[in-house]
Amino acid sequence: MNAALSTRGGSQEKMTENGMMSRAKVLTIDTINPTVKKVEYAVRGPIVQRAVELERELSQGMKKPFAEVIKANIGDAHAMGQQPITFFRQVLALCSYPELLSDNTFPEDAKSRACRILQSCGGHSMGAYSASQGIDSVREDVARYIERRDGGVPCDPDDIYLTTGASDGIVTMLKLLVCGEGASRTGVMISIPQYPLYSAALAELGAVQINYYLNEEKCWSLDIPELQRALDEARQYCNPRALCIINPGNPTGQVQSRKCIEDVIQFAAKERLFLMADEVYQDNVYADGCQFHSFKKVLFEMGPEYSDTVELASFHSTSKCYMGECGFRGGYMELINMDDEVKAQLTKLVSVRLCPPVPGQALMDLVVNPPQPGEPSYDNFIKERTATLSALAEKAKLTEQVLNTVQGISCNPVQGAMYSFPRITIPEKAVKEATEKGQQPDMFYCMKMLEETGICLVPGSGFGQKDGTYHFRMTILPPSDKLKILLDKVKEFHQKFTQQYS
Amino acid sequence: YFQISLQCAVNGVPCRGKVLTVDNMNPNVKRVEYAVRGPIVQRAVQIEKELREGVKKPFTEVIKANIGDAHAMGQKPITFLRQVLALCSYPELLEDNKFPEDAKKRAQRILGACGGHSIGAYSASQGIECVRQDVARYIEKRDGGIPSNPDNIYLSTGASDAIVTMLKLLVCGEGRDRTGVMISIPQYPLYSAALADLGAVQISYYLDEEKCWSLDVAELRRALNAARQHCNPRVLCIINPGNPTGQVQSRQCIEDVIRFAKEEHLFLMADEVYQDNVYAEGCKFHSFKKVLFEMGPEYSSTVEMASFHSTSKCYMGECGFRGGYMEVINMDPEVKTQLTKLVSVRLCPPVPGQALLDLVVNPPQPDEPSYITFMKERTAVLSALAEKARLTEQTFNAVPGITCNPVQGAMYTFPRITLPEKAIDKAKEEGKVPDMYYCMRLLEEEGICLVPGSGFGQREGTFHFRMTILPPTEKLKVVLQKIRDFHVRFTQEFS
Repeated sequence: MNAALSTRGGSQEKMTENGMMSRAKVLTIDTINPTVKKVEYAVRGPIVQRAVELERELSQGMKKPFAEVIKANIGDAHAMGQQPITFFRQVLALCSYPELLSDNTFPEDAKSRACRILQSCGGHSMGAYSASQGIDSVREDVARYIERRDGGVPCDPDDIYLTTGASDGIVTMLKLLVCGEGASRTGVMISIPQYPLYSAALAELGAVQINYYLNEEKCWSLDIPELQRALDEARQYCNPRALCIINPGNPTGQVQSRKCIEDVIQFAAKERLFLMADEVYQDNVYADGCQFHSFKKVLFEMGPEYSDTVELASFHSTSKCYMGECGFRGGYMELINMDDEVKAQLTKLVSVRLCPPVPGQALMDLVVNPPQPGEPSYDNFIKERTATLSALAEKAKLTEQVLNTVQGISCNPVQGAMYSFPRITIPEKAVKEATEKGQQPDMFYCMKMLEETGICLVPGSGFGQKDGTYHFRMTILPPSDKLKILLDKVKEFHQKFTQQYS
Repeated sequence: YFQISLQCAVNGVPCRGKVLTVDNMNPNVKRVEYAVRGPIVQRAVQIEKELREGVKKPFTEVIKANIGDAHAMGQKPITFLRQVLALCSYPELLEDNKFPEDAKKRAQRILGACGGHSIGAYSASQGIECVRQDVARYIEKRDGGIPSNPDNIYLSTGASDAIVTMLKLLVCGEGRDRTGVMISIPQYPLYSAALADLGAVQISYYLDEEKCWSLDVAELRRALNAARQHCNPRVLCIINPGNPTGQVQSRQCIEDVIRFAKEEHLFLMADEVYQDNVYAEGCKFHSFKKVLFEMGPEYSSTVEMASFHSTSKCYMGECGFRGGYMEVINMDPEVKTQLTKLVSVRLCPPVPGQALLDLVVNPPQPDEPSYITFMKERTAVLSALAEKARLTEQTFNAVPGITCNPVQGAMYTFPRITLPEKAIDKAKEEGKVPDMYYCMRLLEEEGICLVPGSGFGQREGTFHFRMTILPPTEKLKVVLQKIRDFHVRFTQEFS
């Protein structure tokens, strides 16, 4: 037991109640990786854990003021009843069990997609590892999709990396970018509010988070002077190297104008920042007058002074848009103007994890290479796609309307994505009680809502907001009739809450 | 950069380098190496491209015996597993008479546990609850009834994901207090790569090649004591059955390792992804969990451990699905909370992989319709592997200059090769590690892609390569023969 007497590495001895010597564990909260402790991820944080507990209590027969918990905290479309696209699932079934290729119930175009995917797999099986950068033919299809989307701007399949959801690509890029110590530690600009994957990844990597505030008064638009302010200030204590932007926005839903995107690109070029464009909601655009402009397209339309120099990574995913296939963990990133040696390092880095999930790669292939006019599955595909997107557009409008009828709630138009991020007025008394309880006021508010109505939202503090303001993020995903009920309950709760603490 | 600077000079614009270069990127990433998909494999892929373009070579195909990818080498998926996956992907097939009832039942159970009854929904970050329950029951059955709590099971994106996550949790401290992690030499280079990425200290302990790659506690102690001078050793990793060596550790050895971990206050990480791949007579897989509990509460209630499993190996070979899990034993509850929080950031492991894992731990039972075919397929795969393991060992041991330990388990052979002095000199001239030079020559001359032993670690002055035993028996015979012929030629050339 000699080693136990050493005090290095947490081998301290502890005296227990009955006088026995016992040792502290090897791995304790004091000896764990300190950056992991700094990580927070509100989308699946404490309020969701409480929601899961409540669900358990309900299933055990406990009586509650509600019959079910509604998880409006996470952008999980299928969980909220959205149906998968038939064509996609047919091809995936064919890829999983190729014996089905002789089955008449499957349309020819589904079979031909499946055959193409399987040909590109080792041993013609989805169970083989793929190339670490992703299946070649899928990357080619992704490149063709990007070219079509961007009006012919060329895309090199070699610049495409398939990933395990967009999150994987984002974390990998941030990892590459982080270096330096103290005042030269890498700083990364991200919006407030933001999707907390960014803050979590930056905390874990020990990078410096540089917040730039979106303008709530102007529909969450991005303002260059604000970028400048944030950057200039940050230069005093870190080395800013990257600028992240989520468009369409999460949690805010704003769809940036083309002019804004140009301004951001110019800013990045001038200030020598690596641009990261999170575009996973690119098909989720609802508001009149709003259009998705890919950063890549705008960059190239700005001419070679920019398109030859600005370093950009764009991210996409199979989890959002009209597909909602979160569980498959499909995604890609496109790298523009990346240094060749860095690219070699990136390729090496992703090889350690072997490859992204092949079913997700197959799914991505279908997303970028969907049924074409003239193909048997086309009509049905368009019908399903349109139904999903138009339902979302309707729900976006409904949400904005209903929430804006509530005194003390003001909701910007949900221009895109799948969330509303309304601002709520919380009475002073409630703020006080929350503070006494050691809770953020909007967490206090959301917890009460959860306990009283069964509705699970995420407090704005989980995404970031201007000091002294409060918000919550709610998805617009429940089916329309359920959403109406949900919105009415939120309204009712807010009124009750305001009265209670008046 | 040169072109841009030229352009800038012409335009009279001040020239600046890129924002992200090798000089200002994350320095840890630069230290990462992963030989299994490293330079030799990149060359192999290039050669394949050249072959497709019609370039003439001394061979007609490249044989990728570098990676444990069973399906790529022709192994067939298990029918039952793929039927259930198809049913989960496209539930309309539940109406189809072609599918057996037990497959449909499994699919319905899985879908019932998914949000909106779809495998497209995110699952809980720790993994689908009923899958974790099934994993716990599987572990209990495997370990003769020793209880497993589903709450200690974390599903992951392949075993690699969970291994990296655990290592990440464990790394802390600066300078001489930096966390040290013990790993075997030779090792599967995920470990060295992860430790480089995390900036942790790798503590190498040598397996004993003379004793069939067995693990020697005296050697563990030596490595640990040496390491204590420059880091804070906190973790001991062991791969059993071994990769690349294939050794299946004896029960006594496992007990000794557990005892050592307790004495030296080390967190144990047991990589058991090859647990069904055991071939040699007299060898048996003993799970660390089982042995730990059979050693009594003095150990079973104190030793902190994580065990890892995967859908990529054994008889399934479903690498592309990225399915896996880890079981954590005696983990501090506060740490567990941090772990749960950490995995939540990436939302969840791929749901098809979780579904697949469910089937692996809950396969057809004797009274079910798919049982007979399932057992037939499983047995065929495992016995073919056992045969190929023996064949490989025999063939290599008949070659002067190659000695091959028995392939007791896993799916690789890691023979030692004698390289003539002149070859070593030539390699050095070309700036290559000698076994890399050897393997590159083999690739260029025979189209066979192996991984040099230097990619896994080996004793100074010794050379090895790792080859998979996965090609179909007839092809494997040809591959072995070609390597034999190459080795003889190579030895002669540099004699």
